[in-house]
Amino acid sequence: MSSRSAAGQQVMAEVRVLVGTRKGAFVLTADGARKDWRVDGPHFAGLEVYHVAGSPAAPDRVWAAPSTSWFGQQVHRSDDGGRSWTAVGSDFTYAGVPGTHQWYDGTPHPWEFARVWHLEPSATDPDTVLAGVEDAALFRSVDGGSTWSELPGLREHGSGPHWQPGAGGMCLHTILPDPRDPARMLVAISAAGVFRTDDGGATWRPTNAGLVSEGIPDPDAEVGHCVHKLALHPDRPDTVYMQKHWDVMRSDDGGEHWHDVGGDLPTDFGFVVDVHAHEPETVYVLPITSDAEHFPPEGKLRVYRSRTGGHEWEPLSRGLPQEHCYVDVLRDAMAVDGLDSCGVYFGTTGGQVYASADAGDTWAPIVRDLPAVLSVEVQTLS
Amino acid sequence: MSVRVKLPTHLRRLARVDGEISVDVAEPVTLAAVLDAVESLHPELQGAMRDRATGRRRAFVRYFACEEDLSHEPPDTPLPEPVTSGAEPLLVVGAMAGG
Repeated sequence: MSSRSAAGQQVMAEVRVLVGTRKGAFVLTADGARKDWRVDGPHFAGLEVYHVAGSPAAPDRVWAAPSTSWFGQQVHRSDDGGRSWTAVGSDFTYAGVPGTHQWYDGTPHPWEFARVWHLEPSATDPDTVLAGVEDAALFRSVDGGSTWSELPGLREHGSGPHWQPGAGGMCLHTILPDPRDPARMLVAISAAGVFRTDDGGATWRPTNAGLVSEGIPDPDAEVGHCVHKLALHPDRPDTVYMQKHWDVMRSDDGGEHWHDVGGDLPTDFGFVVDVHAHEPETVYVLPITSDAEHFPPEGKLRVYRSRTGGHEWEPLSRGLPQEHCYVDVLRDAMAVDGLDSCGVYFGTTGGQVYASADAGDTWAPIVRDLPAVLSVEVQTLS
Repeated sequence: MSVRVKLPTHLRRLARVDGEISVDVAEPVTLAAVLDAVESLHPELQGAMRDRATGRRRAFVRYFACEEDLSHEPPDTPLPEPVTSGAEPLLVVGAMAGG
């Protein structure tokens, strides 16, 4: 393909950015140039929307999970790319008697549903979607969201009584299906760690070897680690990157073993991690000062990119505020698009959504004054 | 009996209704019977006012009528006559600072 036709194809493409915030959801769209953006919303005005996700199998099908502490969880489905929404089922009743996990003080605490943190639509079936929830559990709908059933083998595999909440709650926030094998999947829970199934979710086991965490009695325990986010490249699913509470980690065996790749980062605390759409060894994180100071070091908002799968990182700051910036970037608030020149996006607790159309070299805000951003997902539409 | 119910904004949006709704309830008209009727008419509200399994009121939801707080009344307590006659609505309210 000539460069001219490739560029033309890129402009013909459309990018849809799905943003969940503390006070509603927003849909941001642009053509492949990613310069002129249309902003639609708020949808579900006033509600906390922890996640909005599009179906890879039917891109105009979009799922959203608004909730409030007052009136509980809702789940909505759109079949027109987020323009209109229909409420679907929102009954997330745990299977059986759910028992207890550890509370912050180490005492047993009953498992209680609080909210949906993450939706993972099936890559092949528009009616199938997984939901990661707080208190941590994994649910699945196979009927377009009408009903939800827990996959209880995760919560009941044996270590559940030792899981404990992180500061944000005891949430299942990451769901990574293996694109080669639908029976295989990783999930991550704060603060329990990474768990893997090889049989479609019937049975699970912790895969946290190599993780070391202060703040738990046994720093290299099998469970109890506050994993903040996982990411992988679909062409190399055995390589998994992790942003842990502290530490940026990498596994090359599907999560069996982890090693530290934080290298020369200014701090290895943070929430997000993501992988370039076309370069499996190009990884993005956004360092946050510390667990006590949830803002960027020196008040400078910088994404860090490694082109070597970790260890060596370069700051990316062009177009980002380099003074007086004290926002946070939460765990589900970074995403990449699939265009030839990979786009990278993230949202902040200050309500900005930043986009880079050149793999992170330069940045510009799409919007500046949304409510605090909880999640960012991107759909690349042709 | 036709009972008027006023829902808070978020629940009106979820149920796709404007203003008050009315539900038909057989006597005795109790709080539980009215909420059953509301959830029957608008199934999407199941779980939004009270726990699906236990029927217990959600922690930040209150029920008011006739300038009285009915939140802590047993669910099978008959509602006040002005509510059962349709003169006054049952108010479902998000607790103060509800948003």
